[in-house]
Amino acid sequence: MNYSIAFRTIVTKEIYRFIRIWPQTLLPPAITTALYFLIFGKLIGGRIGTIHGASYMDYIVPGVILMSVISHAYSNVVSSFYSTKFQRNIEELLVAPVPNWVILGGYVSGGIFRGLLVGLVVALISLLFADIVVNNAVIAIAIAFLTATVFSLAGFINAVLAESFDDISIIPNFVLTPLSYLGGVFYSVEMLPGVWQTISLANPILYMINAFRYGFIGVTDVNIQFAFLITGGFIIILAGLSLFILHKGVGIKN
Amino acid sequence: MNALSLRNLRKTYNNGFEALKGIDLEVEAGDFFALLGPNGAGKSTAIGIICSLVNATGGSVSIFGHDLKTDRAKAKSCIGLVPQEVNFNQFETVKNIVLNQAGYYGTPTKLARQRTELCLKQMDLWDKRDMVSRRLSGGMKRRVMIARALVHAPKLLILDEPTAGVDIEIRRSMWKMMREINRQGTTIILTTHYLEEAESLCRNIAIINHGLIVENTDMASLLSRLNIDHFILYLAQPVAVMPRIEGYQIERVDDKILNVSVPKETGLNNLFSQLTAHNIKVLSLKNRSNRLEQLFMDLIESKPAGDKQ
Ligand SMILES: Nc1ncnc2c1ncn2[C@@H]1O[C@H](COP(=O)(O)OP(=O)(O)OP(=O)(O)O)[C@@H](O)[C@H]1O
Ligand SMILES: [Mg+2]
Repeated sequence: MNYSIAFRTIVTKEIYRFIRIWPQTLLPPAITTALYFLIFGKLIGGRIGTIHGASYMDYIVPGVILMSVISHAYSNVVSSFYSTKFQRNIEELLVAPVPNWVILGGYVSGGIFRGLLVGLVVALISLLFADIVVNNAVIAIAIAFLTATVFSLAGFINAVLAESFDDISIIPNFVLTPLSYLGGVFYSVEMLPGVWQTISLANPILYMINAFRYGFIGVTDVNIQFAFLITGGFIIILAGLSLFILHKGVGIKN
Repeated sequence: MNALSLRNLRKTYNNGFEALKGIDLEVEAGDFFALLGPNGAGKSTAIGIICSLVNATGGSVSIFGHDLKTDRAKAKSCIGLVPQEVNFNQFETVKNIVLNQAGYYGTPTKLARQRTELCLKQMDLWDKRDMVSRRLSGGMKRRVMIARALVHAPKLLILDEPTAGVDIEIRRSMWKMMREINRQGTTIILTTHYLEEAESLCRNIAIINHGLIVENTDMASLLSRLNIDHFILYLAQPVAVMPRIEGYQIERVDDKILNVSVPKETGLNNLFSQLTAHNIKVLSLKNRSNRLEQLFMDLIESKPAGDKQ
């Protein structure tokens, strides 16, 4: 059987969903990040000087972009799939001959699309504040795509396991935001005292942000190949886990 | 060819409740089949398993010869489901709900649009196609679910209480529509609590109670088993004492109303001539209860839980 039509239907529905509510999905990140750039970059950054030879403004731009990609890829999938489950219209997919990998692929693609679109919006806004010559666009785009995939998958798992609306905001608030901030968006890990440097290296987001920053301005705290390896590893693990819980029908079937 | 066959289907929910205790059922292709039973009997559970919404604990399901476990995609493609409760996205438009469902079944875009238009027109919803579904009335929401179930032209249509809470006019038009769909060759399985609905629409019937099939037969032979009809007679003048009439059991409800039990083979002629002889004028009469309802109650009461037929 040909599943491309089912896949396309899910993806189109997902994209249409967040475009339709763009004042809630695309506008807020534009405003928030403009404020980041203004306050941290322009006002405070001017007094900080340079990190690894880059102005503070240029240094934070990639991190802020990727942080937006992460949170929007995640929240798109978690809220969309949870409400699909909550309103029970997941049953429309379960009765139809749509294999689990197509369902997963469809929702994750929606998350990737939203994440990258928000990333693009933020990148365009950054042009108002910074004047960046991109170092390696292929690396930047590849790591942004893979990062969006990781967090779309994570959002999917969160949605499947969530039993209430509260459960879909726990991970973003208590895990994602702290890990993003501690992942070196606003500083280089070399600026931390010794033990904190080691602890920071256990944070996967640190690798993604640094690889992305390398793609932008050619500056990184970590090895780029290793960053790709970690990100790819996460994708494999999370995709496997997602398919497993879908197969078991956890939270979806009785 | 069987449209559906269930073998020893079992379901125990996570809380330990045994909703289906091993049911076997065959529905022939082209049939209009009633699946009846009281609240909590296990009808929706069985339908849920057939439609891949509930994981079975044991047993097998085969749809038009395709086993649901080994030949999943083909089996699923044959079924259209109208669930008991509204389960579409309330923020989506009517048209998109139906169109997306066609997409999930792999219908190419152009054909999907044509089928969507056809099904929405058939359900009298084409005018509402751009309305957000949350704004529809209850009856319209049911019809959206029927249109959605029909969009991929399934060979087997399963309707779980489609006429619950629907007004009489719409119910009649749904009956007409279901008959028409069945006439065109689609097998229909219908659950309902309106027994007159099952009686007038369905050719074969299964009654399920406490997770077991307690009756599975054709409608005609089920009804023929009822050998006593019950009537209510409305009289023109009050009668103080009711005369005895041989062959009929008559009970005075009040001055002008009588309950009469009539054995099938006896008929009504003799009753009326006797009443006329006693100078009792009958203004009108009606059936006391739906005949099927009577049988249904008998079947359910005579076969308690765990008593496998
Ligand atoms: N998720 C569940 N967990 C535990 N028990 C359940 C669950 N779903 C249904 N049941 C139980 O299984 C039994 C059968 O339910 P089901 O919905 O199949 O009945 P039904 O015949 O469709 O009834 P109705 O006519 O009221 O729709 C009921 O006792 C119900 O409480
Ligand atoms: Mg039910």
